[in-house]
Amino acid sequence: MASAFEYAPAPESRSIVDIAPSYGLFIDGEFTEAADGKVFKTVSPATEEVLSEVAQAGEADVDRAVAAARKAFEKWSALPGSERAKYLFRIARIIQERSRELAVLETLDNGKPIKETRDADLPLVAAHFFYYAGWADKLEHAGFGANPRPLGVAGQVIPWNFPLLMLAWKIAPALATGNTVVLKPAETTPLTALFFADVCRQAGLPKGVVNILPGYGDTGAALVAHPDVNKVAFTGSTAVGKEIARTVAGSRKKLTLELGGKGANIVFDDAPIDQAVEGIVNGIFFNQGQVCCAGSRLLVQESIQDELLDSLKRRLSTLRLGDPLDKNTDIGAINSEEQLARITRLVEQGEAEGAERWSPACEIPSAGYWFAPTLFTNVTQAHTVARDEIFGPVLSVLTFRTPDEAVAKANNTPYGLSAGIWTEKGSRILAVANKLRAGVVWSNTFNKFDPTSPFGGYKESGFGREGGRHGLEAYLDV
Amino acid sequence: MSDRLSVLKTYKLYVGGKFPRSESGRVYEVTDSKGKWLANAPLSSRKDARDAVVAARKAFGGWSGATAYNRGQVLYRVAEMLEGRRTQFVHEVADAEGLSKSKAAEQVDATVDRWVWYAGWTDKIAQVVGGGNPVAGPFFNLSSPEPTGVVAVLAPQESSFLGLVSVLAPVIATGNTAVVVASEKSPLPALSLAEVLATSDVPGGVVNVLSGRTAEIATPLASHQDVNAIDLAGADDVLAKELEIAAADNLKRVLRPQPVDNWSDTPGIDRMTAFLETKTVWHPTGSLGASGSSY
Repeated sequence: MASAFEYAPAPESRSIVDIAPSYGLFIDGEFTEAADGKVFKTVSPATEEVLSEVAQAGEADVDRAVAAARKAFEKWSALPGSERAKYLFRIARIIQERSRELAVLETLDNGKPIKETRDADLPLVAAHFFYYAGWADKLEHAGFGANPRPLGVAGQVIPWNFPLLMLAWKIAPALATGNTVVLKPAETTPLTALFFADVCRQAGLPKGVVNILPGYGDTGAALVAHPDVNKVAFTGSTAVGKEIARTVAGSRKKLTLELGGKGANIVFDDAPIDQAVEGIVNGIFFNQGQVCCAGSRLLVQESIQDELLDSLKRRLSTLRLGDPLDKNTDIGAINSEEQLARITRLVEQGEAEGAERWSPACEIPSAGYWFAPTLFTNVTQAHTVARDEIFGPVLSVLTFRTPDEAVAKANNTPYGLSAGIWTEKGSRILAVANKLRAGVVWSNTFNKFDPTSPFGGYKESGFGREGGRHGLEAYLDV
Repeated sequence: MSDRLSVLKTYKLYVGGKFPRSESGRVYEVTDSKGKWLANAPLSSRKDARDAVVAARKAFGGWSGATAYNRGQVLYRVAEMLEGRRTQFVHEVADAEGLSKSKAAEQVDATVDRWVWYAGWTDKIAQVVGGGNPVAGPFFNLSSPEPTGVVAVLAPQESSFLGLVSVLAPVIATGNTAVVVASEKSPLPALSLAEVLATSDVPGGVVNVLSGRTAEIATPLASHQDVNAIDLAGADDVLAKELEIAAADNLKRVLRPQPVDNWSDTPGIDRMTAFLETKTVWHPTGSLGASGSSY
């Protein structure tokens, strides 16, 4: 759709962030090379420009980091909660102060729009540290007994879709409860975690309490399997989650998993269409659809299908895809070449299976990894695009006639992470929300997060909850 | 005085509210602590385990959908029925565990009290572990616990009745349905408990009781794609590890064997929360007086 007025470019300056040509591993308060000297490059997915070279942790480095965390655990867990709280409050404040810098860095390394890092990721990151800071000296009131104890060393493996936010979800509750951590960021987005090491330095956090080990899947596997790790927390794919569950079987390691999803966004015939369209767009195109709780299956009541799809297509035509650092950009780059290939493959499979593919007219930049927002109609429950998690800006549209059918279709998945309900009728919201097998249900809204609210899945979307009082349990001996 | 020949009971499984024999036609000899024959208990097969899962799944909607108050009433009714059969259970527990009559009576009393304790939890657990969250935005959100689904329960091997009830009651009090594998050596109190459940108001399929070889029955349960969780209380370390690996296939919730010194100690709420999910439902709040949407 041609528009009468074009937007002038409104790029955020990248001069605020100073990226060094190379980074080490962060172990025991120091940056250090990998024992075997291995490094890898991290690129900007929007331009394929090499941003930096990063040390790649191997087994020996995992040993060193776990040993550092073990040593630090003794003192850190013995600190009065009120002192640990102050460290976390400091970290929260420093994140707020450096939030512009971290937002730009996150956008460069991840490819997501600055609008999202600036307005969603970073405020939430700071909020998580603030929230859990306040728990550190109140643990005996959290409902886990009079004297809840930390577990020890937490091995944490996080994904590339929300690098800093996932770091906050993992590190804040772990430190508040008195554990020490070894965290492995994803190989495509290691930079903000390494900058977080500098935040820890500024906050004066004792050495060894937080250790950061960039690396690939084998680094994560070594960390998870390390005999001196007491707690494993993982966010990522369901397949890897299952592998981790097998690895820790028979050990005393406590495990929490935040895995994939295939969220249903259910629109009833009495829904406010304009708001629902905004919610659908937010549900699947936020962060290029690279969200575990994305509303990737639109279930629309048959009687309003045409009206809703017309509105939705009109709305999609106004989305702006391009430079993630541009403040007007709605859709940024796909995180990696590998992820782009996965999305492409699944979308081609969708077409091959007979679903109808639609995208708005959309200019794709010549460099970088991009995928236009995509709709599939004529989708049945048997189609791959209705069953597999695509983790990209691809929405499958299915229809239903009755609330019971909507619930049955929504629950027809091995996943159970999120769902959305759009209707003006309060009683219907409550009835349907009650029947959905999902850990978070958004009614007349979507993709809302808050540190006070537990988040996590049913079924194969994993177990345990992050956020809120519930999030403490994963790091306490209860 | 001529000795009257007593009428012995044929012990059967309890599946879907009915009392079938094992489909395999097999039984095994159950003896008391001194090796004296007590009964031939059904030796359940993999097929029995699968049938029990089907029954438990079928019962899940109704049981999890019942009000918490109603579940409490039903569970309390079970305690009433247990009390009425006190003598029978004292006898069975004494035989099973080699206890004196008075020790066995203590166990049975503690078991009935344990059941009453959990009956009272049904309509309280949601308030203790759920609630409203003070989110930073114009939203109202509420976290509530929900049952996770069908739970396979491997009853403790040593405590044939108190241990059994201590692992079963929390599972169903919270709205899950259960497939219980009774103590391998001492299954009779569990099989008799099934008779109590059948004559209480517990809907058929909410609890299913299997007797036999724990390892043989537990293996298909741990790998069953329609079982949502497993309590490994009755598994030894080697079996527990094996079952945990199998359970990873569909990411079952796993409660690992916990060291329990004394089943008589008042339990915490861990056995209930282990098989609860937390669902958080968000809703926008209206901004009174503001223009635009009112929802």
